Amino acid sequence: MAQRPPQSRETEQRARLERQRAAAREKLTRHRGMATWGETLVPLGEFRKAAETVGRHLSPEEAAAERAAYRAPRPDPAPVEGPYGKIAVFGGVYSNHLALAALLEDAGRRGAEAIYCLGDLGAFGPNPEKVRPLLDQGGVLTIQGNYEESLATGAEDCNCGYTDPRDNHFADISYRYTEARCSEDFKAWMGSLPRRRRVRVGERELLLVHGSPRRINEFLFESATPVPYLEVLLDQAGADGLLVTHTGLHWHRKLPSGRDVVNVGVIGRPANDGRTEVWYATVAADADGELSVDLLPLAYDWQGLAAEMRAERLPEEFVQTIETGWWTTCLEVLPTKERARSRF
Amino acid sequence: MSEPNRAPYDPDSRAQSAPGAVPGTDSGPAPRVELTSLDTLWFQVAGTVCNLACTHCFVSCSPTNRTHDFLSLETVRRTLDEAAGLGVKEYYFTGGEPFLNPEMEQILEATLAVGPATVLTNGLLLDPERCHRLAALAAASDYSLDVRVSLDGMTAESNDAIRGEGVFERAMAGIRHLAAAGINPVLTVTEVHEENASPEGKERFFGLLRELGIDKPRLKVLPIFQIGNEAERGGAYESWQRLREGDVPDGSWDHLQCSSCRMVTDQGVWVCPILVNEPSGRMGATLADSLDTYPLEHPACWTCHVYGVSCKT
Repeated sequence: MAQRPPQSRETEQRARLERQRAAAREKLTRHRGMATWGETLVPLGEFRKAAETVGRHLSPEEAAAERAAYRAPRPDPAPVEGPYGKIAVFGGVYSNHLALAALLEDAGRRGAEAIYCLGDLGAFGPNPEKVRPLLDQGGVLTIQGNYEESLATGAEDCNCGYTDPRDNHFADISYRYTEARCSEDFKAWMGSLPRRRRVRVGERELLLVHGSPRRINEFLFESATPVPYLEVLLDQAGADGLLVTHTGLHWHRKLPSGRDVVNVGVIGRPANDGRTEVWYATVAADADGELSVDLLPLAYDWQGLAAEMRAERLPEEFVQTIETGWWTTCLEVLPTKERARSRF
Repeated sequence: MSEPNRAPYDPDSRAQSAPGAVPGTDSGPAPRVELTSLDTLWFQVAGTVCNLACTHCFVSCSPTNRTHDFLSLETVRRTLDEAAGLGVKEYYFTGGEPFLNPEMEQILEATLAVGPATVLTNGLLLDPERCHRLAALAAASDYSLDVRVSLDGMTAESNDAIRGEGVFERAMAGIRHLAAAGINPVLTVTEVHEENASPEGKERFFGLLRELGIDKPRLKVLPIFQIGNEAERGGAYESWQRLREGDVPDGSWDHLQCSSCRMVTDQGVWVCPILVNEPSGRMGATLADSLDTYPLEHPACWTCHVYGVSCKT
């Protein structure tokens, strides 16, 4: 066959370009006056009229009743413990038995009448079995965290919900390490722990949970936990205050309703603030019936912990956090404001 | 142009065509999901209006698609009041392209007064001035502001095949402007290219962000919903891709985002961000109307269940 002249090739190219442009124009303008009902185009009015008829149409009174029912207290079979004048509350031991020993001494010195642990006994640190005798000696009243739930049920991972492959890599190392070094007896005990406790301090009834009253692994970070949300949580819980852990970062907020919400932080690793201390809380009833909440830095033998972690050949990244106060892993769950204050 | 080819909408027609469960077939009633708690509230703040027309868009957004229109500041304010009374934990804004809405920055300001906010954007309207205004809004609030920028490939070639010519470079510029203003965006990619979701793919996206001056890169990967434009591009659902009673085991309901979210558009409240182009996804005019169970009849519900999808970050 004879070769085609160059002009014809140019004409063909021009025609192809024109077809592409027309297709692009069609794509950008095809919805004019039309709605996309699934994959079908229908006149706008048809979609809107159909949508209008779907769903509930509560009257203003019915809607108000629905909202009130949503906020109403839900029954909680947990017995009320106390009353106490002052309690110490901590979470996230992460196998840091040296910090736990320091805490028991510190809380005793501060006059805590009861000591509560909000869960997450394992992860990051060395020799998880060393934690249990300390909890027993200190008479610590413990709640189940997601770590205990996972270990007791033989789950695949710690259920922190990471998606970053690096976070998952390190979460997996610490979970496998802890799982292999916890006795069956310890795991069974973890499985027997309650998931919530109600504790009276002075006149106030407090709800103690690991993550949130709704989910054991829900993160309550300060910049991602709005005031109206907490008011509804406390209404639903029928409680005057809420104590949680799970995030690793401590904070306290007095709500407009006068109720208190405290994330007591963790004693297993520093609070991503460049300090080696770890954090816990005391909650006390003051003279005029208000709660007095103190978030307390706790110094402990972090050099001893670092040495023990190295002896156990735990990742250097974990040891670095203990020595510097900056988190090196599990950072993806931090909200933007908390991440901005973070070194990594 | 396609012609309208629908029979008048009958909300009961699906129920009528599904008279009862037949084991081993794709018929039978769909499971109903309860709203455990209203944690995440979405706003279709730009409706279905977008300055792009991506080939995989599951809501078929385009410059001329006004199936859902812009939300006004007034509607958002009214909804925020109702949402606060129900204890919503976090707010998300999407479209279309949210920054096409002329009131978008005031909407964010009103939202950041009551809770954390996330905007899903294609990055094309993120000029330096806007980025600095967003940074100021974020700094003034106790709550976090997140900006999620969508990308579908590591290169102009793979990205622009989906999102349109020249979009890669413009989105990169938007991310650079955010970084310069001190905002650390969350890069959002879909599994439209398989390698996007692999550990190696994720690492490459992190690398791309580091090159743009972001030292704490963040990434969100979303699966593909075979609806809207994507049905044409990648293929529609098969008839077996449906949920039936018993398919969602007890204890798994939490994985379905419709157990804890709702979507507000100018047409009312929808069950989730995915089904806004289905009238049957509408639950009423107010959030109170939407505190109800919902039948998981749509094949996209199958994707959410099987892939454990959550649109939130």
